[in-house]
Amino acid sequence: MSKMIKMLALCAVTAVALSACSGGKPDASSSITIGIPQDLEDSLDPHEAVAAGTKEILFNIYEGLLKPDETGNLVPAVASNYTISEDGKTYSFTLRDDVKFHNGQPVTAEDVKYSIEKSAGMTGAQSLISAFSNIEKVEIKDEKTVDIVLTEPDIDFPAYVANLNASIIPADNKDPKTKPVGTGPYMYVSRSPQENIILKKFDEYWGEGANITDITLKVIPNADSIVMNLNGGSVDMFARLTSTQTQQLSKNFNILEGEMNLVQAVYLNHAVEPFDNVDVCRALSYAVDVQNILDLTSDGKGFPVGSSMFPSFAKYYVDLTDTYPTDIKKAKELLASAGYPDGFSFSITVPSNYQPHIEAAQVVVEQLKKIGVTADIKLVEWNSWLSDVYSGRQYEATLIGVDASSLTASAMLDRFRSDADNNFTNYSNKEYDDLCAKVRAESSDEERTKIYKDMEKNLADNAANIYIQDMAEFVALSDKYEGYVFYPMYVQDFAKLKLKGQ
Amino acid sequence: MKTVLKKLASFIITVLLVTLFVFLAFELIPGDAATFRLGTNATPEALERLREELGLNRPFFVRYFTWLYSFFFGDMGQSLSYGVSVRSMLASKLPITITLTLMSFVMIVALSVPLGVLTSKYEDRMWARSLDALGQVTMSIPPFFLGIIIMYVFGMIIHAFTPGGFVSWQTDPVRFIGYMFFPSVAIALPKAAMSAKLLRTSILSERKLDYVRTAYSRGNSTMDVLYRHVLKNAIIPVITFLGMTLADTVAGSLVIEQVFSIPGFGRLLISSISNRDYPVVQSIIAIIAMIVIVINLIVDIMYRFMDPRMRERS
Repeated sequence: MSKMIKMLALCAVTAVALSACSGGKPDASSSITIGIPQDLEDSLDPHEAVAAGTKEILFNIYEGLLKPDETGNLVPAVASNYTISEDGKTYSFTLRDDVKFHNGQPVTAEDVKYSIEKSAGMTGAQSLISAFSNIEKVEIKDEKTVDIVLTEPDIDFPAYVANLNASIIPADNKDPKTKPVGTGPYMYVSRSPQENIILKKFDEYWGEGANITDITLKVIPNADSIVMNLNGGSVDMFARLTSTQTQQLSKNFNILEGEMNLVQAVYLNHAVEPFDNVDVCRALSYAVDVQNILDLTSDGKGFPVGSSMFPSFAKYYVDLTDTYPTDIKKAKELLASAGYPDGFSFSITVPSNYQPHIEAAQVVVEQLKKIGVTADIKLVEWNSWLSDVYSGRQYEATLIGVDASSLTASAMLDRFRSDADNNFTNYSNKEYDDLCAKVRAESSDEERTKIYKDMEKNLADNAANIYIQDMAEFVALSDKYEGYVFYPMYVQDFAKLKLKGQ
Repeated sequence: MKTVLKKLASFIITVLLVTLFVFLAFELIPGDAATFRLGTNATPEALERLREELGLNRPFFVRYFTWLYSFFFGDMGQSLSYGVSVRSMLASKLPITITLTLMSFVMIVALSVPLGVLTSKYEDRMWARSLDALGQVTMSIPPFFLGIIIMYVFGMIIHAFTPGGFVSWQTDPVRFIGYMFFPSVAIALPKAAMSAKLLRTSILSERKLDYVRTAYSRGNSTMDVLYRHVLKNAIIPVITFLGMTLADTVAGSLVIEQVFSIPGFGRLLISSISNRDYPVVQSIIAIIAMIVIVINLIVDIMYRFMDPRMRERS
């Protein structure tokens, strides 16, 4: 017995010795380890990917005929250019000559036709781009030209083509869900569920291509471990940190600051009492002090918004932040005139997986107490939020960030049309619906921009939601690297990253 | 033979009940794999279509028995969120959880048996008493908290390991074992303290019994009495405790994995529950249940081996 104990003790000592030398990692010659808060769990097939966290990674693997650049403009990708017919119904794309898939095969017109038809839901599953229901047919004109014919003209169509969900994949691709093959600057190598995803630079990329050869995306779901992973040196970069997390980081990290490109707000369900009363909504907006929320939750960092549009979408953005300056007296008067002189109570549903929203909700609850309104926070799991709040619309109010699924103003604004499928707030306003109809019929870009701005004003005037901010985004990047770029949409562009001095 | 059959029956019934409960729980919580996959792009038609594709719209018992039937033949099905076979996913994660469990169990035994014996042998010495008091404190610390402290002290200050620097066993088995050391300590220490205390109390009460006095009067040496007679009897309750502990360690490792960013069963289980990936959750739970039952079985057998009275009774 005692012999065995001795041996065990020896084993334990050896293990200590071993772990002591397991410290550092091989010198990052041309590799980087990037932490991601969740694994890519919905699908690696670009036409099925839904989660923002999945799409921002797949952006490096796949490309569409067009793609967005860091200024928010659409640039040619798999296509070298396109023309629009006079009736605005036929988009004719010319394919770039030297584009290859990661498997080495050149991109053909057949691949493009297959991909667009698959993405549009013409060959199987439902399309994730609802605007693609407008596609009548996809025609191969010649080896290098593909025509997409629409039922109705749609000025926003190029923006949908640039959506990740419209990426070009090989027509003979058997299993895009588990073996992704695209044309992007990085190719997929392997993955281990809940552990990591390995990407490698694609050497035959048609464009400028990537700088760093190997990328390991490491899954770190536990928010408390992120800072330890960064400071401990096992992760070189992490995007979307909170300002509290960035303060705990060692000097070896550069903290870059950008915008999240979303609208954080207390979204109100207008189908339930008392939010069917516009005075109540206005009263709440007067009672909420946005600057106070920013100060308490993120050291004052963040970009207040007054409607459903974020500032970096400059073309369409109108500053409406002064529509409801904090005014407790006015808020109380409005509540009284709406028939709630003693306030009321309601619950704010918040998904439990995102701390900044929970913190903002806690401040809102305190602020509303001043006008006699008692709000309680109901934390729900993300999947419950999706089925109960978003699809089921069974809630009173919810604090969440809404982002744009494509680079169009309608991606932000169309959801408040009374009969929109994704109108989870049940906002119903005759004037707003008319503006939606008008913008769809309008073909002049200038006029359309004006109408979109009117729509934003309508949302602000009627206090459709209690608007808070576009949140500040913090990216921690080890000082060994540089070149991180922010996009005006939910995207991580790894190709621009490089070693210092590379 | 009868005992074996009895054990086998209870094994099957337990696995059946556990998996049925998990299936039922999935039925009760809102959302399913289809709502997760489609997220904010969900429309009623798209949901219906995906449910059809994933087979989620079949009746409850049809789904349960289909799953059970294939699981019985070793086919764990496909993960709904990863699209790969559950068996291949678990095959790469099982060694992680098993290593963690075994390493901490070995530490528990290696620490508690000598400590228990020494603190009881020298019960009046000052150091034995302080050790006992220290054990009292250790056993009241929850493993996840101990994990955070170890991570901070040994990872961030002393730099004995890289927090989050997990290396998979396929890449480098030595560094893999090295990384598992501190998480194992976090699981082992509180349990080792409990088991040492149990052994100490058990030895002390055995020592007061008549047969010990008889042994001494026969002229046996202290060491001889302690090891040949007292320890043999005193260790029996400790074995029961260690058996329970081993089962407990499996569960404890799921928690500790979260603290040390180890991508084992625990993390896969948690993410699969929130993705409503029931084939993965079912298989993990069934496997853990089976491990626990098998451990209990082994403890039972050891009992018979260690304690002749048990053999005679059956």
